[in-house]
Amino acid sequence: MIQIKNVTKKFGSHVSLDNVSCEMYEGDSIALMGANGAGKTTLVRTIMGYYHPNSGEVSVYGKSPLKQRTEVLEEISFVPQLPPPIKLSVDELLEYIVKSSGVEREKIADFASQMKLDISKNMKKSFFKLSGGMKQKLLIAISLAKRSSIIIYDEPTANLDPKAREDFYRLLKQNEHGKTLLFVTHRLEEVKDLINRQIYMDLGKIVSDERVEY
Amino acid sequence: MKNFLLIAYLDLKESIRAKWFLIYSLVFGGMIALFFLAGVTESQVMGFSGLSRLLLIYIQVTIVILPIFILITTVRSISGDRDSHILEYMLSFPISLWQYYWGKLLGRFITVFLPVVMAMIIAVIFGVAKGASVPWSILFLYTGLVFAMSAAFLGIAFFISSLVKSSEVALGLSFFIWIVLLAFIDIVLISLMLQERFSEELIIFISLLNPMEIFRVAAISLFDPELTVMGPVAYYILDHFPQKVFVAISILYPTFLGAFFAFLGYLVFKRKDLV
Repeated sequence: MIQIKNVTKKFGSHVSLDNVSCEMYEGDSIALMGANGAGKTTLVRTIMGYYHPNSGEVSVYGKSPLKQRTEVLEEISFVPQLPPPIKLSVDELLEYIVKSSGVEREKIADFASQMKLDISKNMKKSFFKLSGGMKQKLLIAISLAKRSSIIIYDEPTANLDPKAREDFYRLLKQNEHGKTLLFVTHRLEEVKDLINRQIYMDLGKIVSDERVEY
Repeated sequence: MKNFLLIAYLDLKESIRAKWFLIYSLVFGGMIALFFLAGVTESQVMGFSGLSRLLLIYIQVTIVILPIFILITTVRSISGDRDSHILEYMLSFPISLWQYYWGKLLGRFITVFLPVVMAMIIAVIFGVAKGASVPWSILFLYTGLVFAMSAAFLGIAFFISSLVKSSEVALGLSFFIWIVLLAFIDIVLISLMLQERFSEELIIFISLLNPMEIFRVAAISLFDPELTVMGPVAYYILDHFPQKVFVAISILYPTFLGAFFAFLGYLVFKRKDLV
């Protein structure tokens, strides 16, 4: 469970999060929406402990992402909007993830193959040299194999073709039970079969938060 | 501990593959090869010949180029990862900030320290093969000095890298620091002395705060314990410190300086926004 209490985050004079309060529970599948600069990414980064809020607090299962970051991050899987240009080879990246998070390598390979990505052929390649779609598929496979109770996706399908998107949503549907899913998205149409809650943000505030059923 | 070593190991592997590492190793290895080809080991200056002479020249060049190499290659290790959103992804796994920061630092330390020492070792092997005797005391002292110098500038680089958000700014700042330290070896201090605005003792004290200067004086002190080549400055230094104490300080002080800046960098890294 994620609790956000009166969180304000400023960058200089710009208020990115303005006294935001919100709770996210197990079983919630949330579409976090809003215009560019509304504060969606800032909210996600605050939940993950990347940002120090100016005021207010965030807790994940009662733990602070800033003070107990490793315990909090054991509960979270994250896929960014654009895969970063990591220079490690695929094999080394997997080694980092397997050893730091206890994820099974076979599970990653299994989820990747369900997304039509054969990672065994690309083990020695640098991660950043893979195509955009391959990188995104691998990150999604890692996020699913991590078996975290919270999954955060920031526009995860930006690099995927229609078939790969279909595979992704199918896999997610099979693996979402009992988890908290948080999608940062501009495309409600794509995720509407998965979500049961919509949060809209504007100018750093939550302007609407409602349960939905499509 | 497991994650700390994992980060160090992966950073080391990544660095060894990088083009800058190849150039870095070629510069130091090539320098040694060039000295052999130029017949430095056969020449004699101020009574120094063979391997001692070669190591002396090597260390004089190292004083100037090692700091800037370390600064430009490591100053982007945190800020560059932050710029390219690598940090955001890599730190989304349960790795503590302590493990990430110090693991990266250890990996980079090995990367910058080993090629410089390896070049010296290769020089010794070649020298021995050509029948020269090994100047063990010089070799050990220089290894200690290179260790201290690497630690000092790596600590400064990691501090800058944590402090600034953009890798371009980090790079610019590191150039500025190198130029300032280089200028304070001679140019600025000489002009200060000429203008006689400060006492000589103060100027010498300031110059010895500079890790590049203390490194240079320590290197000279081994083959010239009276520091006669330095003129009257030698009296000031040797009046205050016996030669052995000075050599110990020249290794301990830059190491401490590097550890201090590295720790300061860690505090900044921990307390600032990560991305």
